[in-house]
Parts: sequence; structure tokens; C-alpha cells
Amino acid sequence: MIEDIRAITAAATSRIEAAATLDDLAALDRELLGKGSALTGFKRQMGALDPDARREVGAALNSARAELEAAVAARRSTLDTAARRVQAEAERLDLTEVRAGRDAGHLHLVTQAIEELEDVFVGLGFTVAEGPEVEDDWHNFTALNFGEYHPARDMQDTFFVGLGGDREVVMRTHTSPVQIRVMENQAPPIYSIMPGRVYRNEATDATHLAVFHQLECLVVDRGITFGHLAGTIDMFTKAYFGPGWTSRLRPSYFPFTEPSAEFDLQRPDGTWLELGGCGMVHPNVLANCGIDPEEYSGFAFGFGLDRLAATRHGVTDLRELASTDIRFLEQF
Amino acid sequence: MKVLSSWLHEFLDAPVAPEAIAAAFDDLGTPVEEETRLGEGLDGIVVAQVLTLAPHPNADKIQLVQVDVGDGEALQICCGAFNMAVGDRVPLATLGTTMPGGMKIERRKLRGEWSNGMLCSAREIGLGDDHAGILVLDGEPALATPIADVLGIEPDVLWELEVNPNRPDAMSVAGLARDLAAKVGVGFRLPSPPPVVAPGAPVTWASGGTGGTASAALADGTTVTVEIAAPDGCGRFTARVLRGVDPTAASPAWLQDRLTKLGMRPISALVDISNYVMLELGQPNHPYDLAKVAGSTLRVRRARAGETMVTLDDVERTCTADDLLITDGDNVAVGIAGVMGGADCEISDATTDVLLEMAWFDPTSISRTSRRLGLRSEASARFEKGIDPAIADLAADRFCQLAAEICGSVAEAVQVDVRGTLPERPAVLVRTARVNALLGTELSAERIAEVLAPIGFAAERQGDDHLVTIPTWRFDSATEIDVVEEVARHHGYRHIPNRELTEPRAGRLTPRQQERRAVRRLLCGLGLAECQPLPFLAPGQLAAAGLDPHGIELVNPLVADESVLRTALLPGLVAAVGHNHARRQLGVGLWEIGHVFLPAPEGQTLPDEREHLAVVLAGREAPAAVEVWQVLAEQLGLEQPSVANAEVPGLHPTRAAEVLVAGTRFGVVGEIDPAVLARHDIGERVAYLEVDLGALHEAPRRSTAYRQVSRFPSSDIDLAFEVPDAVSALEVERTLAATDDLVWSVRLFDVYRGAPVADSHRSLAFAVRLQAVDRTLTDTEVAEVRARLIAAVESAFGATLRG
Repeated sequence: MIEDIRAITAAATSRIEAAATLDDLAALDRELLGKGSALTGFKRQMGALDPDARREVGAALNSARAELEAAVAARRSTLDTAARRVQAEAERLDLTEVRAGRDAGHLHLVTQAIEELEDVFVGLGFTVAEGPEVEDDWHNFTALNFGEYHPARDMQDTFFVGLGGDREVVMRTHTSPVQIRVMENQAPPIYSIMPGRVYRNEATDATHLAVFHQLECLVVDRGITFGHLAGTIDMFTKAYFGPGWTSRLRPSYFPFTEPSAEFDLQRPDGTWLELGGCGMVHPNVLANCGIDPEEYSGFAFGFGLDRLAATRHGVTDLRELASTDIRFLEQF
Repeated sequence: MKVLSSWLHEFLDAPVAPEAIAAAFDDLGTPVEEETRLGEGLDGIVVAQVLTLAPHPNADKIQLVQVDVGDGEALQICCGAFNMAVGDRVPLATLGTTMPGGMKIERRKLRGEWSNGMLCSAREIGLGDDHAGILVLDGEPALATPIADVLGIEPDVLWELEVNPNRPDAMSVAGLARDLAAKVGVGFRLPSPPPVVAPGAPVTWASGGTGGTASAALADGTTVTVEIAAPDGCGRFTARVLRGVDPTAASPAWLQDRLTKLGMRPISALVDISNYVMLELGQPNHPYDLAKVAGSTLRVRRARAGETMVTLDDVERTCTADDLLITDGDNVAVGIAGVMGGADCEISDATTDVLLEMAWFDPTSISRTSRRLGLRSEASARFEKGIDPAIADLAADRFCQLAAEICGSVAEAVQVDVRGTLPERPAVLVRTARVNALLGTELSAERIAEVLAPIGFAAERQGDDHLVTIPTWRFDSATEIDVVEEVARHHGYRHIPNRELTEPRAGRLTPRQQERRAVRRLLCGLGLAECQPLPFLAPGQLAAAGLDPHGIELVNPLVADESVLRTALLPGLVAAVGHNHARRQLGVGLWEIGHVFLPAPEGQTLPDEREHLAVVLAGREAPAAVEVWQVLAEQLGLEQPSVANAEVPGLHPTRAAEVLVAGTRFGVVGEIDPAVLARHDIGERVAYLEVDLGALHEAPRRSTAYRQVSRFPSSDIDLAFEVPDAVSALEVERTLAATDDLVWSVRLFDVYRGAPVADSHRSLAFAVRLQAVDRTLTDTEVAEVRARLIAAVESAFGATLRG
């Protein structure tokens, strides 16, 4: 009987290993291991055996069943793998065949520059202030200590806006009127930057725009000194341009600051970049905004953004910044 | 302002290296814009004599010149100039010479003839601008002598400096020298010509008078008279008389050379002297031909409105009552004060007697007149900044000294000196603590006085502070802060230590700024590109975009095509699509966030300025723009965002809507009007969205409170309604969502028009998900809710459920 079991098991194993499909295998599984199988038949005959033989045959039957179940499982795994492979082959895609789709979109390079600079200043503890691009004479000139006959009030420099009044309304020529608005509306301490679009009535060429962008920085608090101005410019320089950069201040003149300075940045290679103007907020300007210049002092600095943004990408003609050509815009 | 090292050194008591001077000017706020080294590169240029002149066989504009360089041999030069004669001595740049301009002289053939050097013009050796011909040397200098020795050319440095409005003193060589000397620590001295008359009353700020008339008797028994009839415009007017001017005298080469280097053209001896004194001492002045000045009288008065006069440049000028005139004894204008003289009393080559004016005019008055007339002169540039009212005496002495030397004139020992209103510059209390508090320094009172003294700010100690007298040459300075700046400048900006801000502060973007950034990211996420077209439009551009043609106009645009302020972003963006379309760049998706300018509200000065957002989707139909609105509304968390079909200027008559938040209009959406597209030669549909982003920031937001997610299974039902076209699909959706608390979500998944749906109706199919937080819904509950939803839609919109 044990011999028979062995023979049947061997034959069954061969048939299992030869099963061609999962369906064939399932049929074999039923035939060889199901209720009508030979092995089940042997089990029924076991009652007639003596206990020793019964134990022996029982063990042989269990081992045979285990062997066949293992064979079925192994074959099923093999056939499963093959079937999945066939299915996968049927679904094959060439992933290099991608049609032009939606891209990631593009921020204008000036917007990118403004956001980066804002982030640097926010990191240094500043808030960001904004104001209108069309301004009145008070905010754009008078409050900033421009004399009545200052050359900047010339038609040559300023766009006047036809709103009836006598040159009362202008396209702002700098972002400094936002300083005035901040100081009029907020008591010190003030630690703010003012990025924005400004307008000059000057002929446009590759390096000059009539519509461009500035960023100014204003601090008004007790005990603010010229040393803080120089130190803050230096800290900003290192934060934005890199640790190898340094800055210097040279005397200059602006109506709204005194002492005034130009500030230049030195690149790590030793060359200089003339960036912008700065100074201590003029006491008249503080007073014009209702801030006591004996109690508070402040500094301001500002610079043009467009050249910075353009230079970073090697754009040599600033007029490109107003381009709406998608070939330009999608590069940034 | 240009300045020569050699001229500066006339006022310095020790030599200063050019490098140190340039660095000091940078540190003083008069930075060097351009530096020219003069008298260098002349080593190879020597005296040669012309032996023969012959035509070039192959060229008309070149001749062959044989010259002798002292060795008796003829050397052939090809030369493009024809102004020399045989026997003339001329400068020759020998082979191997590198010219001041950098050109290297080599032996070369010109049209087949050898040239062994180059004959030089005055300009080529750095002597002025004359390039008309070869410089023919005076006298008989020895051949082969270096040209620098013959012409007495010393190496020199010319600087062009930037001068700011707060530095009237920097408009003269002496003033620059004073500032420089103080910075580099050498002594400074003004020139000291022999005085013609004993000094009058000292001139200090506010030491003026009320104008009026003064006269002086001259040697011939006549009198010279000065009157200031406009004392607010003329703080001081002095006149002197010089006799016996040699009309044939020419100013010497050294003087002409300096004028030329500083950018002025030599004209005649007297004019050159006048300019020289102005450049040296900063006092503009005017020599009149005494014989032509009626009554030997000069008078300063305001012009009559409409009064005309012919200025030196032969242009008739029409004056206003603001302008200051100089008139003669007949009250006829002989000059526009401080700006330009008249043609009538001008000195000429027949002038022998000179009436010399030195005056101080009110800077504002000069500035207004010169701007209004568009007449900027060296004199007006100085008067505008405010000249030194005390320098007239020295400047007049200097004029008389130079005229005596050059023209042989004799100055009469008289000076008529009338004083008008001079500005007040009272002594300023400069607090040592204030200086240090503003600069972040720890300067002692002694150090402050020491820094100020060499630039003429006399500091008188008062306790820890100083009472500082403003020098007469610093009209710009009037207050303590002006003196603080001088201390900083001369102490040195670079010696002020950097300090860090230490006050703890929280930097942040405002919610609006954060939201704007989120919107930018969203639009980029949609694959769209930001553009920044100019906010100025051409007249007619608003109308071309289908909008109200009225926009605020610029008074003085650069070009007419950029003269109107935009009232919407539409014109710029439709033009942008047109630009790309014309270049076969179809289907562009662009956006812009920018300001628009609407008319000023009643009673306000400034326009109604708003920040708009616009999106333009070329090659897409209106729903694409609505989708952008929906995702934007989602991003901003707007309360009940919706669209309401409407006719909108600039947009397609039947494919446009207003975008609403909680029923209030915030913008427009749809497709751009085909008529507008046609005007821009755009041959594709263009979807468009424009919203008032600033207003949206203030728009109501939906609750951000959490809605509990159920642990129990949900039930889905689909409902298709036949709905009249006039009913907004969104309203149906909202009704479904609002009818029962058990509705978790509603989604429109199909729209169908056509049979069997009735005309002017469409089928709207919604997927509704029902959900309770505390239980699984029973079939009965689901059926009840379904019935309520159907009833709600049918009763509200005249819709019917499709079977």
C-alpha cells in the first residue's frame, strides 16, 4: 500500500509540474487532492489495517499530501508569474513617447527677484509695505523734503497725471512715498521694506527703463545710527548675494536723507557693483510724518531691482522685461 | 565739474599723489567719473622739419612729406593734412611710439608709399580739440627735441567729478582744493592777487541790505552806478572798471589750455579771463563794454511780463515777472541775471574799457528762469547751487590781476558794492551727543571741531557742544544735521563702525501678501506664465479691447502710444496674445497681477487704484477660464463663489459672466469678444478671467471649521434633471447641497442637450453622496432624502427629474 502511495504521488507530482495553465492546475488540484482522489481512497481503506500499519500508512499519506500540496503551490506560483508577465507585456508603454503637456508655469523674473528679496528681509525681521503707483505731490515730493524747485519735479523726470490739478498728481518716481505712508500711519518702531513699480519720464534704452522696480528699506526707532545703516546693508548683502560679498558707503546727496550715501557692493572677485542710495532719514521728513526727530531716528536705503534680476539671467536689454513673448517668459 | 591736478596744487601747500586725490574725492562725495592722464605717451614725439611736400601718386587726400628729424636725412611720412609749408617745424611721432590714445606708430605702406611715422595735430598730443591740421610749432625749436620740452607739457591728471546739489563749493577748483586739503591733511591757501580797493564791509550770511543805489566817481569825472531794485533776487552786486584793455591781446596758451581741459572754449582774452576766474573761484562774472553801457549804470530788477531781450546766442527771449534782468541806465535789458548776457553790451575786439559785474543772485530765482527758458549755462549752474557771496572781492581782484598781465589794463581804484537780501544762516548749535547718536560714533567734542575747522565751519565750544558758523561758501548748510553730515564726511564714512539691529522683531508678510503669493503659485501650477506688460496704453487701445474708451491720461508721455493709464488688464493681455499669435505661438496661457487706474472718486485727488489679476488662455473656450476661477476661489476659500451669465464689455456677447462671491461682483469671466480678437488679428478663441484681487482679499470666506468624516459607509445616488437653459447649473448644485444635512458632496458629472431633452433645456446629471456621521443610512432614509432633493430642485427651477 505504501508502495502504491509512493507511485501515485510520483506520478501526480509529474502531472502537476506539467500543468500548462492555472485552470489545468486547479482541475489537477481537485483530482489529486480532492474528495475523490486516490489518496482519499487510501485513507478510507486505513480502517482495515492493524494499528502499526495504520500509523505507517497514515504517515505516508500525510507526507504524500504535503508533497503534492507543495507541488501545486509551486506550480501555481510559476504559472501566476508567467501570467502576470503576459499581462504586463500586453500593457507595455514607451515612456519616452510623451506629448507636450502642461508645464510648471512661470513667474516673471522681476517677481522672482522681489519674492527672494522679501524673503531675505522678512528673515531679518522686516515687514513688507505697499502703496499706490499714482501719487500726490505731498507723498512723492514735498513730505520727502524736495524743495519746490527741485529738478526732480521737472517734466523731464516725472510723469504728470492729468487729473485736473496743477501737477498735483504724478506717477510715483520712487518707492519712497510708501515710506511716508508707513510713517504717517504707524508709530515707530518701523522696520519695513517697500518693493514696487516706479516711473521716470526718461527715454528708454537697453539699460534704462521708464517703468521699473525699486526696493526700499526703512527703519525708524530710538537710537538708530548711521552705523546701523551700514551694518544692515552689509547683513542684507551677505544674506542675498552671499557671504563673500561686502559693502561700502560713499557720501552722496538725497533731499530725504542726511547724511546721505551711495552704497556699493564688492563681489568676491574684488569688482564693484554700484547698487543704490541710502542715508539717515532727514529730520524734516520725520517731522513731516508727525515723528519727533529728537526722540526717533531712522535710516533708509533703496535700489533698483530690474538690473539685478536681468543680470542674474544674462538679460542684457532691460526692455525685454516688459516682453510678453512666450519664448521669453517660459525661460524663467 | 572737471579739475586738473596742477590747478588744485596751486592751492595746496604740499604735493598729493593722483591716486590719493582720486580716492579722497570718492570719499568726499565728489566721486571721480572719469580720469585722464595727460602728458603721458609723448616720449617718442619729437620736433621735425618739413623738407618737401609732394602729392601722393595714388591718393588725393594724402600727401608725401619728407621731414628731417635732425640727422640731415629725409624721412618720408604720409600725411592727411595740408596745412604745413616747407620749413615748418612740426611734431613727429616716431616709429615705436605709443600715442596718448593707445595707438602704436609703425612703419607701414599707405596706398603703396611708405610712411615712417605720423605728424601730429594738437589733439593727438593732448593739447585741446584742434584736429583740423598738423600743429605747426612757433619759433625754431631744435630738431629732435622731445615735444613735451618744446611745449612745456608737464604730466597732469584731469578728473571729471560728480557734484551733488549740496556742494556749491565743489563748483570751483579752489573749493575742491579746500575740501581735498582737509581730507588728505595738507594746507590750503586761496590766491592772493593785489587788492585794487580796500575791502568794504565784511560779507557774512544775512549781512545784506535792502538794495538801492550806489555810485563811484571815476578818474575821467564820470560816475559808475549800480542799483538793486529787486533786493530779494540779488543779494550783492559789485562793479569795477578796467581801463586800457589791449583789444589785440590773446590769452596765453596755459590759460587757454586749462579752459579747454575743463570743457570751456577759449574765445577772447577778456572772456577767457572771466571764465578762468569763475572756474577757479566759483564766482560767475560778466565783463561789459563800458562804452556801450548807457549811463555807466547797471541795475537789477524783475522783468515785466512779456518783456523781451536778445541774448548772446542771438535768440530773442520772452521774460516773465519772475525773471531777474540786468538793465542799463536807460532801463534797457542788457542781460538775464545769472543766466546769459545780452548781445548789445558785449565786449568785442574793440573794447578798451570794461565794466565788470560780480553778483550774488538768489538760487531759486535763477533756477526757475534757467529751467523755464531751457537755458543752462556754467554761470546758472553755479548760481543755482548758491555761490559764496563773500568771494566777489577776491574774484574781482583776480580778474584785474589777470587782465593787467594779459591785456595790459589798469583797474580804477573803485568798487561799487550794493547789498540786497542775503540768506540767513545763523550759527548752529551742534550737540556732540547728537552727532554721536546719529552716526553711531564716539567722537569727542575736540575731534568734531578738528574735523570741521579746515573746511571753514568755525566751531565755538559751548560746554560739550559747539556753536558752528556756516562758511559763506556753503549755502546748502543751515541746520545741525547739515553739520553732522560734514562731520561724517570728513571723519570718513569708512571709519564709522558697522552695527547690527538688535531689537527683537517678527518679520512677516501680511495675509494679503501671503495670499498673493499663493495665487501666483496656483497660476504657475496651472502651467501659466506671468507677464508684465507696460501699464501705459495707446489712445484707442481701451476701445479696441471693447472697453470704455476713457482712461486717465499722462500730461507728458514719452510717446503717444504710452499715454493712457489702463483701466483693466484686458488691453495688455489681448495685445500679448496678439503678439504671440503673430509669431505662430498659439495657445499661450498668460497671467498678470498689476495695478489698474480708475477715475478719482468724488472729492479725492488720486485715482481709484486697484490690484487686478487677469488670466488669458489662448485656444481655449470660456469654461477653461471658469475652471481657473473655481480653483482660485477654492484656493482663497471664498464663501459661495459663483458666476452669473451676463453681457460684459470686451467679452463674447453670449459667452461671458460676472464672477461673484456671496452675490457681490468681483470680476468677469468668459471668452474675449470675437470683434476684439479680430482687431488684434487673433484667429483662435481666447478664454479670459479678470478679477479685482485686492477686493477679493476682503471678500467673505467660508468657514474653515472642520466637518467630521464619518466612519460609516456612504450612499451614492445619481440624479439627472431636465433644466431650462436660463437656470444656472451652479444654482441647482447649490440647492442640492443645501437641501439636507445628510448630503456630503454634489458633483455635476454630465451635461446633455438634444432629444429627447426639450428645446431650451439641457440635462444636468449630478452625483450626490449621502453620509451620516453616526450610522449607516438605511434604504428608507436614502429614499427619503432623494425625494426631498428632487422636490427641492423641481420646485425651485421648474426642472423635472429624468426617468
